Amino acid sequence: MSTAAPTEVQMLNVQIDGVWMQFPKGTRLIEACSQAQKFIPRYCYHPKLSSPGNCRMCLVELGMPKMTPDRKPVLDADGRPEIAWIPRPQISCAQDVSEGMAVRTDSPMVQDCRKGVMEFLLINHPLDCPICDQAGECRLQEFSVEYGNASSRFLERKVKKPKNVELGPRVTLDAERCVLCSRCIRFMREVANDDVLGFVDRGSFSTIACHPDRILDSNYSLNTVDICPVGALTSTDFRFKMRVWFLKETKTIDVNDGLGCNITVGARQNTVYRITPRENNDVNGVWLPDSHRLNFKYVASEQRLKTPLVRGETASWEHALETLAEILKAHGPESMAIIASARMTNEELFLVSRLSEHLAVNQVDVVPRTGEPDGILIPADRNPNTSGAKALGICGSTPGARLPGIAEQLRKGSIKVLLCFEDPAHCGLTEHDLSKATLLCVDILPNRSTPFAAVVLPGSAWIEKRGSMVNIRGRLQRLNQATLPPAEARNDWEILCDILRVTGGSNLPSTIEEVFKQMSAAHAAFGGLTLSKIGDLGVSIADSLPPSDH
Amino acid sequence: MDFFGSIPWLLIFTSLAKTIFLVFLVVLPMVSYTVYAERRVSALIQDRLGPNRTGFPLTLLGFKKDFSPFLGGLGQPIADAVKFLLKEDLTPGHVNKPYFWLAPALAMMPAIVTLSAVPFGSELFGYKMVVADINVGLLFMFAISSVSVYGIVLAGWSSNSKYPFLGGIRSTSQMISYELCMGLSAVPVLLVTGSTGLSKIVNYQVEHGWLLAPFTDGGLQLREVLLIIPIFIAFITFTISMFAETNRLPFDLPESETELVAGYHTEYSSMKFALFFLGEYTAMIAGSALVVVLFLGGWHVPFIPDGSHGAIFGLINIATFFGKVALLLICFIWVRWTLPRFRYDQLMKLGWLYLFEIALVNIFITAGILAYTK
Amino acid sequence: MAYTVPRPKLTFAEKLYLPNIVAGLAITFKHLKRMLKGETKVVMQYPEEKWDKSMPEHYRGAPTLVTDQHGRERCVACQLCEFICPPRAIKITPGHIPAENAFAKVEKYPAAFDIDMIRCIYCGMCEEVCPEQAIFLRKDYAITGTSREQMLHNKEKLYELGGVFDGLIHKWNPEK
Repeated sequence: MSTAAPTEVQMLNVQIDGVWMQFPKGTRLIEACSQAQKFIPRYCYHPKLSSPGNCRMCLVELGMPKMTPDRKPVLDADGRPEIAWIPRPQISCAQDVSEGMAVRTDSPMVQDCRKGVMEFLLINHPLDCPICDQAGECRLQEFSVEYGNASSRFLERKVKKPKNVELGPRVTLDAERCVLCSRCIRFMREVANDDVLGFVDRGSFSTIACHPDRILDSNYSLNTVDICPVGALTSTDFRFKMRVWFLKETKTIDVNDGLGCNITVGARQNTVYRITPRENNDVNGVWLPDSHRLNFKYVASEQRLKTPLVRGETASWEHALETLAEILKAHGPESMAIIASARMTNEELFLVSRLSEHLAVNQVDVVPRTGEPDGILIPADRNPNTSGAKALGICGSTPGARLPGIAEQLRKGSIKVLLCFEDPAHCGLTEHDLSKATLLCVDILPNRSTPFAAVVLPGSAWIEKRGSMVNIRGRLQRLNQATLPPAEARNDWEILCDILRVTGGSNLPSTIEEVFKQMSAAHAAFGGLTLSKIGDLGVSIADSLPPSDH
Repeated sequence: MDFFGSIPWLLIFTSLAKTIFLVFLVVLPMVSYTVYAERRVSALIQDRLGPNRTGFPLTLLGFKKDFSPFLGGLGQPIADAVKFLLKEDLTPGHVNKPYFWLAPALAMMPAIVTLSAVPFGSELFGYKMVVADINVGLLFMFAISSVSVYGIVLAGWSSNSKYPFLGGIRSTSQMISYELCMGLSAVPVLLVTGSTGLSKIVNYQVEHGWLLAPFTDGGLQLREVLLIIPIFIAFITFTISMFAETNRLPFDLPESETELVAGYHTEYSSMKFALFFLGEYTAMIAGSALVVVLFLGGWHVPFIPDGSHGAIFGLINIATFFGKVALLLICFIWVRWTLPRFRYDQLMKLGWLYLFEIALVNIFITAGILAYTK
Repeated sequence: MAYTVPRPKLTFAEKLYLPNIVAGLAITFKHLKRMLKGETKVVMQYPEEKWDKSMPEHYRGAPTLVTDQHGRERCVACQLCEFICPPRAIKITPGHIPAENAFAKVEKYPAAFDIDMIRCIYCGMCEEVCPEQAIFLRKDYAITGTSREQMLHNKEKLYELGGVFDGLIHKWNPEK
């Protein structure tokens, strides 16, 4: 219930279904009931949004202490206040707890109320669950089973409303399914700062609509689909692709920016169908930008590198690694450079650092990526693991500071071999420069420098690997594997181990857990942690990172 | 020249002709159709229909209609033979290969060789209808047929697997036990007929009436009536022993499928398995032929003269002989689908404690009767 | 505690065993005789005689798709059958019905609907779970093919087997 708060919060006595409990002042009644394991059905209430109290689903029976004329509570034999029950039901979502408050969450009156509310909500509902994408995670379905009637008493014609309306480029509206909870309207007003949605028309014809001349094109518009309790708002991208009950959900993190939003990847039979945000109040709350959640199609691209390439020709892993080892052995450390990526996990970056030590290469850096912060979730740093790269010593306090030097030396010819985990064209190198160097690339998709590469090794996309990353706030978070890499592609940490092995490295880890173990032994920032200790929500290691990092 | 001149060309030619006729035209088809009869009769006994579909696919040869004779399924044995020939001949990797290959031949060969001493008819165009008319025919048959146990033992041993091994062991002890009894059961017949040559035994029965039915010569003497008792006992013990020798139910312990999968031929497939199968049924035919020769008058039927009176009678004699054999085979099948299998200890007990003693005592009874009625 | 099963006392004839063998042979011979005389009723001779006429209403044959009386395919690709199918024989690829189509209100249809008849166990769960009365188990039981591809019933084959089903679904009726 209450955590040890630094400032003294007043605790209030509340009776829930006959049991007296204590809650801190300011707790919503509906939340207090949830904490007491009494779930109250709700449509319009959302913990991150304001409470208009317009769906009436969360009705409960409420009581206050009986008061003597001198405003003292009347106490019963046990010393508890006697309750004066309010004869009409009250909504629990717009009510904070108060001292001596009593609530009945499952009394006959409450049950009747819910049944009545459900019946009204379903009057004009089209009952098209078979085609509705929300089916399976629909509040209306769930509460209909829990609290509703099995049959309809409605004999009149249902109100027809617009269906299959494109509110914006990514969101489709089916107004008939809408229960007018206004969550989407409030989200756009309060969170996305883009007050584009609203109600039009009256009574049973009331419906959601965009402001005239506007469309729902905010980069957070798909969050309205997430919070819509019914199938009124659906994702145009996910529409009719797959039923949600087939999706195997994997908890992982987003890699499109430095925040590392917590997400759930829904995949079936090695194909990713959608990405939804996962609640983590220390990172992203429950939101996720559209640009991030739709940026997974390239993982299933036909263009993916599926087999190793040696000078453009398909080769076996053995042959590719042998060629790579020959190239590395034939050159001195001063003529080599490693371009790592801040999109790699800590484990991979740690192995890169081991490799650079093993080969005595000191020209190592990552490619920086920056953009305009949007003021909501997206920060300026668009690389997911810049903090990790700094902590592991892959880059200095300014990522990419060594890249111009590497590029210059490459042009001069003093660097001949470039081991790249990212497209080296990002370092300002032209095709002419790249064609002069010997490129050894590990990547998932062909890029501008692949045609010049001596050896290309197919790696794994972020959805396909386990590992950890440190976000811009110094939070260590975990990636989990949702799908398998295509064909012969391998996990990047395995590729790095292979490179270490063929160049004569020793003490090679055989599992990702072992990599983490070696890393936590070598770097104090990760000391005492394991991959499983990170947990689904991550742990903050900001205190043990060098202070200059954030 | 002398050497070529001394070769009995005629004898070789006629013997070859008789062998080919006997083995390829009579016995092997008979084996196939015994299998078919086995399946049909067992089905009928069990209120089923059995294989009643496979006809002769004459349309493949350009005819307008397939030929499916009255009962249907008569093409089944041919189809089975084709199937056996075309199936993959699998030799497991763990077997002892030379013996594994030798065993099916040893199972098949003795059964066919025993037939050489059997007079399967009287005369045809002046030639005796027996491949080798030797005067120790009965002993020859016993001797050769006991070789077939090697086939089974080798199969069981070389398969290098537990079920064939157990089957082989059972078969060995069973055959050794019942051979004794079989030999002793035949002694009364030898006492009565005074010869071990099978042709002579048949001739005796042609003259004096069948041993089991002495009235077939048209008259009954006291001696014959008295002899009927020991002869009948000999017939019963001989037949039972023969069931055991041919590994037929109720004595099919070497291959009892409920206990040993398929016994000694568990590891065999295709034609090698088929050779075991052929061997078993040929042994059945040889056994039945022996019973017919010893007890049922061979090729003889009353009022039909032998082949010296014309080729037609010679042919009728041959047909009679194989008719009697076929009847016995039907009895084999009938018994198989009636009786349950013996337990192993019961089998041994029956062989050594009862049949052996009965056959032994039976010899003295016969000898006594012969001495008394001399 | 061992329990000794009392052995029945056998008479001499029973001990001799031979009379019982003869009795057994008589029984089997009786059966043989009755079969030969055609007095025993035997099983149905399948390809010539078939059970089709007496097949019960609830017989579960091959699963098929049906259209309604207006020729609309009833299936809306809800994939519940795919979900419920115990051997996972069903595979559906959903598609959008374009806006100009007469049944655009239905929005969704199966772009591909495959039932792998090698996997199908004829349990009828798909028929039971279908909310649109679109999938029915018909009485076709002799589903044969010489390759895996032939045993994969695609949408055309399923509609060909299923035919039309007049029924009571008014959900997609624009008037309702």
